[in-house]
Amino acid sequence: MGRKPAGLALSTGHRMIPGTAQSKEETRARAERAEEPPRLVQGVATFRSITEQISGIVLNRRHPRSWWIGFGLAFLLTMGLFYAISVLLAVGVGIWGINIPVAWGFAITNFVWWIGIGHAGTLISAILLLLLQKWRNSINRLAEAMTLFAVACAGMFPLLHLGRPWAFFWLLPYPNGMELWPQFRSALVWDVFAVSTYLTVSIFFWYTGLVPDVATLRDRAKNRFTRLIFGFMALGWRGSAKHWRNYESAYLLMAGLSTPLVLSVHSVVSFDFATAIVPGWHSTIFPPYFVAGAVYSGFAMVLNIIIPLRKWYRLENVVTEQHLDHMAKVMLATGLLLAYGYIFEIFFAWYSGDPTEQYSVVNRATGPYAPLFWLLLLVNVVLPQSLWWRSVRTRPVLLFFAALSVNVGMWMERFVIVVVSLNRDYLPSSWRMFTPTGWDWLTLVGSLGLFFALVFLFVRFLPMVTMFEVRDLLAKEKGKSS
Amino acid sequence: MTDRKAKTNSPSGEPRPALPIVEAAVSPEASSRPLWRSLDELTGSEEFWVWARREFPHGAAEFGDGVGRREFLRVMGAALAMAGLAGCARPPQTKIVPYVDQPENIKADRPLQFATAMALGGFGTGLLVRSNEGRPTKIEGNPSHPASLGAAGPFEQAAVLQLYDPDRSRTVLHDGNIEPHGAMLEAVLEEVERHRPEQGRHFRLLTGSVTSPALAAQIEALRATLPAMKWHQWEPISRWSIHQGAQLALGQLAEPDYRLENADVIVSLDYDFLFLAPDRLRLTKAFTSRRRFDQVGFLQPNALLVAEPTLTITGSMAQARLPMAAADMKWLAWTLGAQLGLGPSPARKAEGGVRLWLDTATAALREHRGRSLVLVGPGQDAETHALVHALNQALGNAGQTVVYRQPAAAQPVDHLASMAELVHDLESNAADGIVILGGNPVFTAPADFRLGEKLGRARFSLYLGLYEDETTACCRWHVPEQHFLEGWSDVRAVHGETSIVQPLIAPLYGGVSVHELMAAFLSQPAAQAHEIVREFWRQRLVPDGDFEKRWRQALSDGVIADTATPELGTSTGGGSLPGSARSEETAGQGYEVVFAPDPTIWDGQFANNAWLQELPKPFSKVTWGNPAIVSPAAAQELRVQNGDAIRIRHQGAEVEIPVWIQPGQAARTITLYLGNGRSRAGRVGDGVGVNTYRLRPSSGLWFCRDVEVTRSDRHAELAQTHLHHSLEGRDFFRVLPLTAFAQGKRAEGREPDPEQNQTLYGPASLNTAAYQWGMVINLTSCIGCSACVLACQAENNIPSVGAREVSRGREMHWIRVDHYFEGDPANPQVYQQPVPCMHCENAPCELVCPVEATLHSADGLNQQVYNRCVGTRYCSNNCPYKVRRFNFLQYADTATPSAQLVWNPQVTVRSRGVMEKCTYCVQRIRTAQIQAQEENRPIRDGEVIPACAQACPADAISFGNVADPKSHVSRLKTLASNYSMLGDLNTRPRTTYLARVEWDANPPASPCQRDTA
Repeated sequence: MGRKPAGLALSTGHRMIPGTAQSKEETRARAERAEEPPRLVQGVATFRSITEQISGIVLNRRHPRSWWIGFGLAFLLTMGLFYAISVLLAVGVGIWGINIPVAWGFAITNFVWWIGIGHAGTLISAILLLLLQKWRNSINRLAEAMTLFAVACAGMFPLLHLGRPWAFFWLLPYPNGMELWPQFRSALVWDVFAVSTYLTVSIFFWYTGLVPDVATLRDRAKNRFTRLIFGFMALGWRGSAKHWRNYESAYLLMAGLSTPLVLSVHSVVSFDFATAIVPGWHSTIFPPYFVAGAVYSGFAMVLNIIIPLRKWYRLENVVTEQHLDHMAKVMLATGLLLAYGYIFEIFFAWYSGDPTEQYSVVNRATGPYAPLFWLLLLVNVVLPQSLWWRSVRTRPVLLFFAALSVNVGMWMERFVIVVVSLNRDYLPSSWRMFTPTGWDWLTLVGSLGLFFALVFLFVRFLPMVTMFEVRDLLAKEKGKSS
Repeated sequence: MTDRKAKTNSPSGEPRPALPIVEAAVSPEASSRPLWRSLDELTGSEEFWVWARREFPHGAAEFGDGVGRREFLRVMGAALAMAGLAGCARPPQTKIVPYVDQPENIKADRPLQFATAMALGGFGTGLLVRSNEGRPTKIEGNPSHPASLGAAGPFEQAAVLQLYDPDRSRTVLHDGNIEPHGAMLEAVLEEVERHRPEQGRHFRLLTGSVTSPALAAQIEALRATLPAMKWHQWEPISRWSIHQGAQLALGQLAEPDYRLENADVIVSLDYDFLFLAPDRLRLTKAFTSRRRFDQVGFLQPNALLVAEPTLTITGSMAQARLPMAAADMKWLAWTLGAQLGLGPSPARKAEGGVRLWLDTATAALREHRGRSLVLVGPGQDAETHALVHALNQALGNAGQTVVYRQPAAAQPVDHLASMAELVHDLESNAADGIVILGGNPVFTAPADFRLGEKLGRARFSLYLGLYEDETTACCRWHVPEQHFLEGWSDVRAVHGETSIVQPLIAPLYGGVSVHELMAAFLSQPAAQAHEIVREFWRQRLVPDGDFEKRWRQALSDGVIADTATPELGTSTGGGSLPGSARSEETAGQGYEVVFAPDPTIWDGQFANNAWLQELPKPFSKVTWGNPAIVSPAAAQELRVQNGDAIRIRHQGAEVEIPVWIQPGQAARTITLYLGNGRSRAGRVGDGVGVNTYRLRPSSGLWFCRDVEVTRSDRHAELAQTHLHHSLEGRDFFRVLPLTAFAQGKRAEGREPDPEQNQTLYGPASLNTAAYQWGMVINLTSCIGCSACVLACQAENNIPSVGAREVSRGREMHWIRVDHYFEGDPANPQVYQQPVPCMHCENAPCELVCPVEATLHSADGLNQQVYNRCVGTRYCSNNCPYKVRRFNFLQYADTATPSAQLVWNPQVTVRSRGVMEKCTYCVQRIRTAQIQAQEENRPIRDGEVIPACAQACPADAISFGNVADPKSHVSRLKTLASNYSMLGDLNTRPRTTYLARVEWDANPPASPCQRDTA
């Protein structure tokens, strides 16, 4: 088997494609001249070099020190999370700062935030696939993995935030002797379906896309154990034309299946709020507004992961500045949608003529959490406007911080929606602040730890860039340029 | 009788059972005595004594000595005793055996109710206590007792928790070591013998205010034995100035008996009579009977004018309230008197708001001669009281709105003088044997008396106390006292109506009855309280023989007929209006400190009661602590925020205390609540708040002028249940002017309630049951006393959560009393609004629960199914009223055996992670349903009374079947003042409010006539 490349059906042969050495300046100059779009695979790249480069990351035992440091840190935080969860299960949700009236605090904020982050992966893999956006090819794997991990982190919170988490399965419609069913009018039940569907589809979608690459790894594996594992995971993939045909249609179908989920999941999550009568929650704009925010934060998270990774693993040739530029543009667009949402929340409150609704806006802007609100506008709306400049979009460091700002901002936005609406609703006698405890923070930071630990493990054990799709891209680009 | 029957759960038609079980339990045959004491009586052997007197009999002395060991063994001892293993207390009954013969009146699923009475400050309030299989679980008011009239305040209701308090004292202590009961009795007998030769000249008895006729007789008997002994009395909240004032004005000691129901105009000078009066429940009922606005037809509301230093619940009901320093009150009284033509006018003239208030009061009093009333508080001196008595005479009120009666106390004395004399005698070694019967005087006595130190000089000091408290620490002998629910006694209400205090349970912790202890001093160590009290009344109840019948009648009624103190003639005269020598005194420019009993723990005796500690104090809504109440102006001057500490210095004493800024507080008055800051209260009360007694001198028991106040750098977090007191311009609290009410105008909100019930899912499947339950809360008559909060807590097994959890917003009360302020912070309008679950017909909570743990019953209850609840808390978020409460942690104490005894077996004890809320006392509804079904009749109107409505002394809460248009609650709901809180949300709440009716003019110039429509 040995050296046989997996992407047989795609390749017209094992033709070595001569690469053209290009400097960044040249690329940029070309782009500016708008002769043709900058290439999505840069440097001297052949099918083989791509395969070797990417599978090498997995099969090579050596990992950059940054991986070890990053993973170690994330692992520690994960342990912190497990500790926090253990205490939570033993003592109760009272270890958090939640109270009456703010009965939902960090847990739901984190849930909504993480779910939103997941959206970028599905959007990149599914919607961009359907839209024939080639630049998705080198980032979709990582983005999808990120989706999975984000959904895993998100899915944890609704369970943990229950007063009696051991009874979580009562939210599932399962046949039982008492003929008790979930209450289908509750948005939380819709959530259960939305999130579990999303997780399931995401896993299948991700795994389907992984199969050809896993087969490559199997073929290139140096020891028996690795071969066995990857062989098992490759599900007998041999790269036959029939396989490729089946694969292509399956993948396309799954993309079609995932596409509505990108829109539906966060819409359903937003129903948790929109169907309630809490002023600041009860708003029809929530579904699109939440989806825009989700994609916004998702792309920010992809950027935050991919920018360091491409540096550490020298993937600049496959994850190019062109990719970053595209993602930044998506961020900019969704960020503007979100800003539109902010404006219309205020408009609706005014237009409703309902004093409590109006007060909820006033409370956000001038109440006890006002600094958070203004900071949120700064980091979520004002700072990302820098993305209008191409120089920011193509400078990884600047872009990294812009994305970080969006991630922080989106978390704060979720917090403002969840907590700042609850803390002052109808009767002033019940108004009260929410103050997070150390456990709240540890759970939030711990979930970040878990997420990054999973990302690091993924990077270590699976190809983070879709090899066969990049090869495909390479072939097409070559075809175009020659 | 019918009234009461409606409130009891006993089968109708049967009289309340006259205590077969309890009598059996406490009769000598049943031997409820502590086990070791029986052993002692059985053996009487010398070896036993030697064994028993050794501190740690089983070789414990071999341990290395040290503080740690003693502490360890004490704790271990307590733990063992709690586990029911130690011999020092009768363990809670643990036998499980079926009845061989079904005892009369006992049905395991039916609670019984017994009448008894509780004394506070010496004065009794009649109670009905519910007993579930021998455990007292809930205290309610006794409708036939004149001081209760069916209502019960927080203190009375919380007594049941005190009964089971595991921190109560359990053993006789001598110099801190556990001693057998017999050793104490020996010491008592010895002590009496020691004093006998000198006729007890060095013997002292210190009690609180004693109204118990049986105890008074025993004290008299002891006096007969030791004629030269002295009996001292000390109550930190004394009523002496009232009695003395009557003596000045009327020529004899008298207790004014106010007839508020007859008064059109009430002027109160620093008298929080809705809280401070011993018959507060009766006064509340009488006062609010004139402001219910719940009847169609003629009604004549009363007008209340209050001048007071700190905002009280009485002041919150006033039509004209004047914040004024306590030290200025005398001047105010004299100025008022002069304006009404009584006495000389003080030189200082009233100005501004004071002038206005005085003129209003004068005009109102003039206009309503014979139908008005002037009251003055116990904090003011006897001269002022005399003036007010004279004023009431002059206005023709005496005999109409106030009558005078003989004081009910066995021997009314000046408590301060009495205590001063005792302290002097102790200091000069004139007293060397002292017996203290309850009251914790070391903690409550004026600080400058240093009673604790001086008690140490006595050769013999014995303290009978419920707790091993501050006084225990200063006495050589400590005897555990019986709780009033554990032993026989008797007590008189403030106007003399006498009740037999009958026990509902055998002593849990081996407590000793005060009568038995006194009997020991009378050389009858074997006498039983039951016999003592019974024998006492045998002589008095029946000249004609059928004692048993009358005795049982007295027990069943809870009050002995014809025992009220005699009325004194209204025109007794004799006294003359005293000079107004001190009427020119003013508070001056310095700060004034006013001492007041704590609204929830009184003088400190309830400090270890978690229910009361966690009961939010009116207005500030502070729990677990006693911040100093300061005015907004003073706070500005001192540059303090809520929770910042100040230092108050006076006469060498200093107290550092956090502040609470209270709108309506007199500008330069700082009010300190007494009773907290205990060091030996128990696990609950230790270290809560600040001991303000340390600052309370004998020269100013009620207020001190010119105290030194400085800001301290410390800050304390106040555990509050309610932080925002502004109405925010919203309409959930509605006010209706009296004239508008009289014209039948509706209490409109900003948005009309939806005409049609439009919902996405269709209306809840209501109206399938014949009964549809609903509630109406009257915002005009509610005084904000919090009796409902405590009633609900006791009835529904609501746990206390502690200061930390309260400050995190996790208090569990199912009903809360919201307080709002409007207007000038210096003297705001105050609104109170009790908020239980609204039981919305379109309940927002029901739609959002993912597991359907909250749903509607066919009879209109919004139910919470604890078993099904997984704790998403979504329902609470979606509740616009925020009445749902969540068990964030395991709050219910399932670990302490005695804490479980208080639980109502009809109500589930909730575990961690479960949402809960007001159920409309569904257990009471179902009980009534079953009862009605058994008797094949419909449920009568007023038969189902939730705990909150039952406790309410103002009758502000009405409950019943809204499907029946003739029911009381339905009639209330047809009133124009009836409105739904947040009704515009289309929640269709079953709990509605009667808008607060506000007087347009102060006071109403003429009786209000209303069309019957």
